[in-house]
Amino acid sequence: MNQTLPTMKTYMKLSLKPSLLLLACILGFSACRKTETPIIEPTVTPVAPSEKGPVKGFFLLNEANMGSNKASLDYYDAESGKYFKNIFPSRNPNVVKELGDVGNDIKIYGNKLYAVINVSNLVMVMDVNTAKQIGVISIPNCRYITFDKGNAYVSSYAGPVKIDLNARLGYIAKIDTASLAVKDTCVVGYQPEEMVIRDNKLYVANSGGYRIPNYDNTVSVVDLNTFKETKKITVGINLHHMKLDSDQNIYISSRGDYKTIPSNLYVLNSADKITNVLNIAASNMTISGDSLYVYSTEWSHITNSNTITYAIVNTKTKAIVSRSFIKDGTDKKITLPYGIAVHPETKDIFVTDARDYVTPGRLYCFTPDGIKKWDVETGDIPAHLVFTRKRLSGI
Amino acid sequence: MRYLRYAKLTAIVWLTSFTSSAFAQKVDTVKVHPLKEVSVLGDSIVREIIPVQTLSGKALKNLSAFSVADAIRYFSGVQIKDYGGIGGLKTVNVRSLGSQHVGFFYDGVQLGNAQNGVVDLGRFSMDNMMAISLYNGQKSAIFQSAKDFASASSIYLVSRTPEFLGSKRSNMMVSMKAGSFDVVNPSILWEQKLNDKLSSSFNAEYMNTSGKYKFREAKIGGYDTTEVRQNGDVYTLRLEGGLFGKVKDGEWKAKAYFYNSERGYPGASVKGVPGQFTNQDRQWDSNFFLQSSFKKKYSDLYSLQLKAKYAYDYLHYLSDPRLDVSTMYINNKFKQQEAYLSAANLFVILPFWTVNASTDFSWNSLDADLFGFVYPVRYSVFGALATSFDFNRLKIQGSLLGTFVHESTRIPSAAAGNKQKITPSLIASYQPFDTPDFSFRAFYKSSFRLPTFNDLYYTYIGNIYLKPEFSRQYNLGASYLHEFKHEKLKRFGLQVDAYFNQIDNKIIAAPGRGQYRWSMINRGYVEIRGVDVKLQSDWQVSSDVMINARAVYTYQKAQDFTDRASPYYGAQLDYIPWNSASLILNPSYKSWNLNYSFIYTGERYEAAAQIPENYADRWYTHDLGISKTFFYKKKEVRFTAEVNNLLNQQYDVVQNYPMPGTNFKFILHVIL
Repeated sequence: MNQTLPTMKTYMKLSLKPSLLLLACILGFSACRKTETPIIEPTVTPVAPSEKGPVKGFFLLNEANMGSNKASLDYYDAESGKYFKNIFPSRNPNVVKELGDVGNDIKIYGNKLYAVINVSNLVMVMDVNTAKQIGVISIPNCRYITFDKGNAYVSSYAGPVKIDLNARLGYIAKIDTASLAVKDTCVVGYQPEEMVIRDNKLYVANSGGYRIPNYDNTVSVVDLNTFKETKKITVGINLHHMKLDSDQNIYISSRGDYKTIPSNLYVLNSADKITNVLNIAASNMTISGDSLYVYSTEWSHITNSNTITYAIVNTKTKAIVSRSFIKDGTDKKITLPYGIAVHPETKDIFVTDARDYVTPGRLYCFTPDGIKKWDVETGDIPAHLVFTRKRLSGI
Repeated sequence: MRYLRYAKLTAIVWLTSFTSSAFAQKVDTVKVHPLKEVSVLGDSIVREIIPVQTLSGKALKNLSAFSVADAIRYFSGVQIKDYGGIGGLKTVNVRSLGSQHVGFFYDGVQLGNAQNGVVDLGRFSMDNMMAISLYNGQKSAIFQSAKDFASASSIYLVSRTPEFLGSKRSNMMVSMKAGSFDVVNPSILWEQKLNDKLSSSFNAEYMNTSGKYKFREAKIGGYDTTEVRQNGDVYTLRLEGGLFGKVKDGEWKAKAYFYNSERGYPGASVKGVPGQFTNQDRQWDSNFFLQSSFKKKYSDLYSLQLKAKYAYDYLHYLSDPRLDVSTMYINNKFKQQEAYLSAANLFVILPFWTVNASTDFSWNSLDADLFGFVYPVRYSVFGALATSFDFNRLKIQGSLLGTFVHESTRIPSAAAGNKQKITPSLIASYQPFDTPDFSFRAFYKSSFRLPTFNDLYYTYIGNIYLKPEFSRQYNLGASYLHEFKHEKLKRFGLQVDAYFNQIDNKIIAAPGRGQYRWSMINRGYVEIRGVDVKLQSDWQVSSDVMINARAVYTYQKAQDFTDRASPYYGAQLDYIPWNSASLILNPSYKSWNLNYSFIYTGERYEAAAQIPENYADRWYTHDLGISKTFFYKKKEVRFTAEVNNLLNQQYDVVQNYPMPGTNFKFILHVIL
């Protein structure tokens, strides 16, 4: 028999070498990639000269797109004039999956910083001095938070499930801010959003957003002594934001139905009566002193584009005193305004730009006269701002 | 505002998993060649003048692939988006043109999906598959229906045609797969020779899996967590029946196909309260189609090919707050129908010059119980004129495709306008030397994809003024393929292609129409530059030992040049890695067979901004399978054991959709 099995040498000669070499490279190289990824460090940008004062800075909560788990927390430090983007992971390396998915609201109460993380179904509670997690409050589909007398109140879309799954009420959860335990719940209207507390009563805007086109059009009033809903006030459809002014009026924004019914702004006085319908579209707003700063984004079918108005309403007279509080043309750079805030001391105006939702946003700081001071890159969908009187440690 | 974004994202994620419409069963080649068992590149005698990759026969059978999606990963220039697990959505993007630009053909007829334009490849099991081919541009056999000219790239899935050895009159095979994720997957195939001219086949497959697997996430110096993927269970049932006939100088086929499934959707793995509010969404699909084809050579000068199909697809998606209190209630049912007719005529004008004229007609409708839905219907007519010159060393093909689309809706004046477009393509190959082994090739092709029904009509988000997305491809390459007569190395092939692609009027979802309104708009211009390298070799080392090896490498720079003023002008597209590669080694010794495969996907970014938050690390997996064929009571039995992701790499293809670590599969296949 002439046939012999080829030797190893023959294999090599036949240039099996390249394939084996390739294989060896692959196996060796596959030892390189680890499952553990590095913790993301904050990006630090100097943006402004140093400022001293009772307000030490602010936290900005970036919502980020649903399913991305990229809700993030930024911090601006007035004393150093530096902006710190994405501070949570480095300060909380052991918190699984960082902040979470879709940040919806951020507030400070006492020594704690509360961030409502909507799609993660929790409120992240941090130490306001360090931004380190103290605990979480588990609330499904949580939306906004407000505080009164040692209690936190969180609105949630996830009310009791009844027969008609399309008509699911929301509720308010009452949480003890010391123990972070949910003490009680109160069923309100459909898909409740922002809240205001006045005269020992909690007012909440019921949007009814899940029930398109049958939006809710009420504000629920909850007595804080009994923690029961006492009445509903009819205001307008698809209500969203609520802000309290110095005269105990509540300004309530409606998003309209995006088709024929436009967005609008209502004033509810201390006697629970609607006193004004301001006929200005209101997407988001904030009150500082006697001024309500509001921006509105209106689609025009005529020009086939958005018209964005940056307005100021005098809360004493209820008159619209300005329709463009940004005076230097920077408003043309802002694609999609998403958040608005006014510095309690300096009255600087802050507006965020969510751009296209999938790229990092921008934060703009204006003087009270509407001239841009600085702007900086933020996380995805910058939205909610809260000023702090305690300087963050470790800066 | 959140619910609109939620609704849109939900729509996009689960509507993209809506499966295909009907497809005709037809072996899609002009020349009839027996598929060589050893071949890795398909039939080596056919030297295609367009870049093509094929996995067929033994190579396909040995590949440890659960579904067609797994097999396609080994091709160069492709990007599979895999949402994890067996039930997770899997879509293909070829040369970064976009997954809606890929045409899928099952036995020669397009798997359409007018609703969202993509086909979920995870649905197609490897059980009945004979060959999978990927053509960049279009198949360079001009005798094809008009729709074959209509996509930027085409993937052909060819199912088994009954073949009876010797005097056998029937074939019967059963197989059983089981393994990780609690997979139970029996199937049966029965082929019957009815007479010399007619045979039939019947194939049934059932699959059930819990879809559970562990995955781990960890940070250096931080948390380290291992979780289990929940609500990923899948049940599927597939029934296929076919009739195959021969006529003088021709053949015909008819196929009926039924697919039924139920699956859970685990959703993105985001932060939550441990053990609470886990995603409980579920989806039910039923797909049915009937397709047939007929091909006959009437004379040396004229051949005719006819195709027809009808398809019905039903999808039901449920997100139930009684199971998961945190969710928004969604309960939607979608029904799609498609009817399709095609006629292709091949004329041989001169021995070196053939012309094809084909026309296709298709009708698509969508019925959805969404609020304010307009119930669109689309009528499309396609006409293709193609010509092929074979000057021995120089081969040229040119084609012109005309597409005419008319849509109507139940609600008047809600339909998108008519569209008509003529798109050309030109393919050439030149053999510079005497040997046919080496050739240069080049092609130019323009094509487009229509806006889908979702793009146009989805309540609140659709935009009926959308224009089609337009693509242009330029390819230049060289191919060397040699068959050795008396060497141990039996065949060696190397193909290198460099390409430049452009996408215009890219359809994207963008906020814009008011604060909370999203809309689909045409605003996007993308340029893609890439190189595909494909290497293959087949060895007959001894009379008992054979080795097949194939390797591919792709380099791609796919950049968004939409907005010059944007800080992300020129950024690499989401999820497109710069480098990717794969390797398959398949030695066999007598009745033993070993298969090793390796896939590498380089680093990429999940969004335009190249910041650490969007960084996706490179990943690679090793799969190993061994099988033995033996006889038991005169029946041929083949047993296979596979271990996939051998080194337990933890990775996500799509951010927050973890992929399984090491997993196993055992297959028992018996020919009765």
